[in-house]
Amino acid sequence: MLPLTVRDLVLRFGETTVLDGLALDLGAIGCTMVMGPNGSGKSLLLKLLHGLIEPSAGRIDWGGHAPREVTRRQALVFQKPVLLRRSVAANLDFVLKARGKDAGRRAALLDHVGLAHKAAQPARLLSGGEAQRLALARALATDPEVLFLDEPTASLDPASVLAIERIVSDARARGVRIVFVTHDMGQARRMADDVVFLHRGRVAEHSPAPDFFPRPRCAAARDYLGGKIVV
Amino acid sequence: MLARTLGTTAMAVLLAGGALAQDQSIIVQSTTSTANSGLYDYLLPIFEDETGIKVNVVAVGTGQAITNAENCDGDVLLVHAKAAEEKFVESGFGTERTDLMYNDFVIVGPADDPAGVAGMQDAQPALSQIAEQGALFASRGDDSGTHKKEMALWEDAGVDPTAASGDWYRETGSGMGATLNAGIGMGAYVMTDRATWISFDNKQDYEIQVEGDEDLFNQYGVIPVSPEKCPSVNAEAAQSFADWLVSEEGQSAIAGFEVAGQQLFFPNAPEN
Amino acid sequence: MHDIGDALGLAVALVLSGDADLLEIVLLSLRVSLSATVIACLVGLPIGALVAIGRFRGRDVVLIVMNALMGLPPVVVGLLVYLHLSRSGPLGFLGLLYTPTAMIVAQTILIAPIVAALSRQVLEDLHTEYAEQFRSLCLTRLQTIRALLWDARYSLLTVGLAGFGRAVAEVGAVIIVGGNIDHLTRVMTTAIALETSKGDLALALALGIVLLVIALGVNAAVQSVRITAARHAYV
Ligand SMILES: Nc1ncnc2c1ncn2[C@@H]1O[C@H](COP(=O)(O)OP(=O)(O)OP(=O)(O)O)[C@@H](O)[C@H]1O
Ligand SMILES: [Mg+2]
Repeated sequence: MLPLTVRDLVLRFGETTVLDGLALDLGAIGCTMVMGPNGSGKSLLLKLLHGLIEPSAGRIDWGGHAPREVTRRQALVFQKPVLLRRSVAANLDFVLKARGKDAGRRAALLDHVGLAHKAAQPARLLSGGEAQRLALARALATDPEVLFLDEPTASLDPASVLAIERIVSDARARGVRIVFVTHDMGQARRMADDVVFLHRGRVAEHSPAPDFFPRPRCAAARDYLGGKIVV
Repeated sequence: MLARTLGTTAMAVLLAGGALAQDQSIIVQSTTSTANSGLYDYLLPIFEDETGIKVNVVAVGTGQAITNAENCDGDVLLVHAKAAEEKFVESGFGTERTDLMYNDFVIVGPADDPAGVAGMQDAQPALSQIAEQGALFASRGDDSGTHKKEMALWEDAGVDPTAASGDWYRETGSGMGATLNAGIGMGAYVMTDRATWISFDNKQDYEIQVEGDEDLFNQYGVIPVSPEKCPSVNAEAAQSFADWLVSEEGQSAIAGFEVAGQQLFFPNAPEN
Repeated sequence: MHDIGDALGLAVALVLSGDADLLEIVLLSLRVSLSATVIACLVGLPIGALVAIGRFRGRDVVLIVMNALMGLPPVVVGLLVYLHLSRSGPLGFLGLLYTPTAMIVAQTILIAPIVAALSRQVLEDLHTEYAEQFRSLCLTRLQTIRALLWDARYSLLTVGLAGFGRAVAEVGAVIIVGGNIDHLTRVMTTAIALETSKGDLALALALGIVLLVIALGVNAAVQSVRITAARHAYV
């Protein structure tokens, strides 16, 4: 499936052009952090790569496959997790069963994300952070080769953030390719192998982490890192 | 799993429903007046006790009763529209028509009698007077035995009330009871069979205004549905019900049926 | 309108007397209308779900037809079923006319469109919420439908209630195909029609009150289930 090659990617909604000729290359391993100001198209880019929406123009190539052909081998943790109207355990059971996985893995998964004690609770009564963790467990349940994470720690307490990062790092260590959207600078520094910076519908910069944080090449990224509002 | 349980339940319900139709049972397609008056509640237990045949009554207007019987959806026809009944037999749908009993029609109206017909004995002049005065008249307008009778009387009276339909002449297009309810609600005269009237509970200030004319005679007949036209009928049971009704025993049972101390139907089957 | 006062008293007296005939009529009403509701759900829910998640040509037309069928006049349904089940009709050999089964069939036809149309709305709303997640999980159509039906089950209960309410309250269809035969096919509504035609308005109204109370009971039962569900955020 990897490497990923994206060329001339355009996404329009009527008059608005969200992505405008975006190009991107992702290698076979590692954790890529996707950054950029609000509304720069990070969430939509993940959905395009994952095959959930169709681009208006351009090419997305997963080692010879169209996105829709590899959706099944990937998983996406949404910015706003969508949980079924069932218990925490039943949410996992549903995915394990639907994807033909071993139902016995539920306990281990819940344990892994620290939700074992919430197993019987209705999923939609979970706190924002707990919901994110359940969504992550659900994504891991499908044994993805590529894991997209869309700000999965945005509403988590510091300990939970570290817990999630550890889980993601574990996955990365097992060879899962990570594509991780975040606004959290510290997190980006901790996790990143490389950084993709989106601005004005394009990849404004794609650099290895050791280069990006000390010396961002593009002005927008410099402003963004410096805490200025970027539009 | 849930779906399967529901499915089984549904099947069970359907099967139970089908099994309810008893073997030795017949369906009588009947006019409403006989059913609404309570005649069957009185007669049927006697017949059922004797024969073990369960009689199910479908009470509808005479027109619909005949249509249903022609569709083979009944074993016995019991209505009051002699001409239509004879046509039914002639067309081969019935084996034989027998006079069963009679009562009479009456014209009821509000106590203040706006058309001034109270006490008149002849139906036709009374109707003419109602028409002349433009007093409200509610008709069933449903092709029932009663409606057919009413139309014949208008014709005799030389009035075409349908020309005033919607004006003083109101066709309800429904059964006797519904027409009485409607007529009483609007203060209209109504022609009804006496049995329905006597057992009708919502009379308010209404009274019988016209009665006693020979032309208001109301003959009921009974006809078993022909097994040749309708192989599905329970011919034997149908015949024994019809036979019983016209037998001495059935006839005296009919005579014995009373509501509020009044006899409603007068048996007049030919002696055999 | 002394009838209304009479009717209330009579309704109470009727219920308290435990009248066997009344009980029989009530039970038959429930049996017929609940069966019709169950079958209508078995038919209507999958159709509603298919249309809810389907993107096919002519979908708009299907929606319009489904919604229009919700307004099917009971008498028309009764007539259609009568014409089929009549001895002289194509299904006459089954001998179902004037049986509770015929009434179930008629009411099922009457309310299946209601179940389909209302569940379509409910399921489509839920699907809007779930669609991207399900797409990401690569669920099959069948898995999607089953998940939607299960997760919407408490809302669908209300849909079923709407169907049941219409079934138990209609008279036009059952009186034609059932024939209002005493001790065989007489249900609450046909009994009410009969008593009205006999001019016994108080008794008719009393039966109506009993019917209302039954409907209230069924609704209350379902509502309590929904409230429990809502507490678990399952609605
Ligand atoms: N269906 C849509 N129709 C029109 N515009 C849309 C639609 N979906 C998204 N957009 C717009 O596309 C832009 C990019 O959205 P996206 O969600 O990808 O931003 P983002 O980079 O993830 O932002 P954030 O950091 O706030 O999560 C936004 O301006 C959004 O309003
Ligand atoms: Mg976003």
